[in-house]
Amino acid sequence: MTEPSAARPVLDARGVAKRFGAVAALKDASLTIRAGEIVALMGANGAGKSTFVKILTGALRPDSGHIHLDGVDRRFASPAQARRSGIMPVYQEPSLIPDLDVRDNLRLVDVAAEPFRHWVRELGITDLRLDARIAQLPLATLRILDLALTLAKEPNVLMLDEMTAALPADLVERVLTVIRGQADSGRSVIYISHRFAEIARVCNRASVLRDGVTVGDFVIEPGIEEKIVELMLGGVPVRAELAGRRASSATPSQAPRVRVSSLSAGSKLADVSFDLHKGEVLGVVALEGQGQDELFDVLAGFRRAQSGTIDVDGQAASFAHPADAIARGLTLVPGDRKDALLMLRSVRENIALPLLARPAKWGAIAMREEAAKVADAVARLQIDMRAQGEVRRLSGGNQQKVTIGRWVAAGVETLLLFDPTRGIDVRTKHQIYPLLRELAAQGASILFYTSELGEIALACDRAIVIFGGKVVDIIEAEHATEQNLMRAAYGLTEKQRPGARP
Amino acid sequence: MTGVLNRYGWSLGLLAILAGLLIATRIIQPNFGVSGLDSLARAALPFAFCTAGMAIVVIAGGIDLSIASVMAVAGVIAALLMQQMGDASAGLVVLVVLAAGIGMGVINGALIVLTRGPDIVVTLAMLFVWEGVALLILNAPGGAATPWMRELVVGGLTLPGVPAAMTMWVPRAFVVLVALVVIIWLPLRRSKLGLSIYAIGSDQHAAFRSGVAVGRTRIAAYGFAGLFAALGGLSITLSTGIGEPIPGPYLLASVAAVVLGGVALTGGKGGLLGPIIAVFILRTLRLDLTLLSVDPNVTTIIEGTIMVAVVMAGGLLAMRGRH
Repeated sequence: MTEPSAARPVLDARGVAKRFGAVAALKDASLTIRAGEIVALMGANGAGKSTFVKILTGALRPDSGHIHLDGVDRRFASPAQARRSGIMPVYQEPSLIPDLDVRDNLRLVDVAAEPFRHWVRELGITDLRLDARIAQLPLATLRILDLALTLAKEPNVLMLDEMTAALPADLVERVLTVIRGQADSGRSVIYISHRFAEIARVCNRASVLRDGVTVGDFVIEPGIEEKIVELMLGGVPVRAELAGRRASSATPSQAPRVRVSSLSAGSKLADVSFDLHKGEVLGVVALEGQGQDELFDVLAGFRRAQSGTIDVDGQAASFAHPADAIARGLTLVPGDRKDALLMLRSVRENIALPLLARPAKWGAIAMREEAAKVADAVARLQIDMRAQGEVRRLSGGNQQKVTIGRWVAAGVETLLLFDPTRGIDVRTKHQIYPLLRELAAQGASILFYTSELGEIALACDRAIVIFGGKVVDIIEAEHATEQNLMRAAYGLTEKQRPGARP
Repeated sequence: MTGVLNRYGWSLGLLAILAGLLIATRIIQPNFGVSGLDSLARAALPFAFCTAGMAIVVIAGGIDLSIASVMAVAGVIAALLMQQMGDASAGLVVLVVLAAGIGMGVINGALIVLTRGPDIVVTLAMLFVWEGVALLILNAPGGAATPWMRELVVGGLTLPGVPAAMTMWVPRAFVVLVALVVIIWLPLRRSKLGLSIYAIGSDQHAAFRSGVAVGRTRIAAYGFAGLFAALGGLSITLSTGIGEPIPGPYLLASVAAVVLGGVALTGGKGGLLGPIIAVFILRTLRLDLTLLSVDPNVTTIIEGTIMVAVVMAGGLLAMRGRH
């Protein structure tokens, strides 16, 4: 070989196709990666990224196409075989066994404790106990452990599927540093993400999938984002106009729709107070584990507060069951879509469920009325109905539209959105933001927690920042730059910052 | 210390219940002693073995409805061969029976993996298949058990150098049970295969993604269930002296003991210690109720009620532990 090894591809996939029954998930996907490279794999939800990744890692077999690894044509029969060849994925759902402790999980995949601990520390988790049961650890920790486990096996090609989704900002930093280090030491990384900022920072190239076809391969350089987005969307306008925004100060005389006073719950939510007005989208900004989970659980009736009060439309409320919260018009869209949907039932049934679940409506279902409301919700949210028979076959973005759509059909008063755009493509996100504005303009009030700070300025009127279980700052939309929000989220509010409330 | 309590809390609780029941037995029947313990242990032996087998498949996320039929096949093979081959080759017969048990379990597991049918459906079908096989081998109770092998499970323990007054309190059947479970289960629990069994029961998809051979692990779990079922069938033949082709009431009893023993029917949780203690609890309870001359129909009602109460108490404790 006279060719330098850096120039020869480590992994070279060509013309990969896969269909599931009548649906062609992949038609012609290709990807080339060389040693020391980080390549972003991008595409809207439903473009075929997940299928492509599963094929590259041996979890699915392609119908056609070639995968060359170090110049040899390979077809992996199982994830185990792909692993032995050095291709190691970290999937969106952690591959850890919930009922085993960390140590047993290491033994299961033959990873020694020491390299694992090293990577866990590198990735910013310092207090891990090896005898902790996986089921008791938070999702963000699990994803870090999954990554550490994979790094400890010294992968030649590391494949990260939405690695930074659901991670707090400090851990995202660590992850980016670590994978850059991997590439610098001559390994390759395939980085699947929707986040341009991260891709611009660590990736060398980006490969774009649309409708199962690889439509472009770019070297990352300043200004490339617009091009990629355009290609990914295939001509759909990215930035919808933010309709109907109104400042919260426009309705000062009215009683707030929801008033939360000195709420505390569990060990994390210490003392949170805020007003949520009619027609307002109120953002919630917090690093992982600052009490936002507990706040949403209490408001949705999943758990009881230790102290503090919730007033709805000026009347005290106390929720012993989610049905109580729903009866007062408070509905939760959880971060994990699986918590909200009946995965094996149809789109129609899922959307109609909250309508039917009203205790007053025992007896026959008004089918025609139901069909009309469902059709209306489907149209307003532009839900892709091709796989409507079972919700689990929908893409993540479409599933999330169904979870929101059911409340639109039910006639929403107060929506509690917990990170609703996690792992969703840009196109769907930009359909969701205007929808939230539209709902607010029609008089709904929306509490919107997001782990992506950029969304606050796009969708909210103002945002409360929670740190250490307390509201540390309230930021109006026009001041909600990512820097401002980030500083506040770390508890570093400066009094002289413009827009800060005294 | 709290780790030990967390891990073995359920089993310790069950042990306390068992101790209470044994004391109650002594109060109800003051001359309950060596022979009483011996017959209790011998009666519990087949239940304990099939419960161990059932526990392993349940931990792996399955269930084996054919376990009592597999026991019947193993029992009749043992009775027939021991009658025909004579005392000297009894050891060989045991090996043949155990191999047959593993074989039946592997067939169960392989059918589940190959057909991708639900465990409950495939093993329900195999329940009838193995029942027919047992009747083909021996169409009426018959055969014989090798006398010296019977000695292994009948009577108290004798150890050279230890006074019989002390050892006779430990039934041989109990020693055989503990020894076999320890020999088979402990190495398995610590092996990669054992971890894989817990893994596929806990989250099959996560196990697949971590590179666990899910199909092979499932077949192995059923193989172990077959092995324990064969031990159970063998122990019936040895303690009664004949082979019985009609399956006994072991299926539901083993599921009950598995649940009472702290193994989650959804898989991935529990061990063998709890279910085996649960077997002794259920046997002792039945003995006590018989001694109290409670109507047998009422006995089953009481057994069911106690199971619900214990499982519910466990659920409440687990809920409190989470907060």
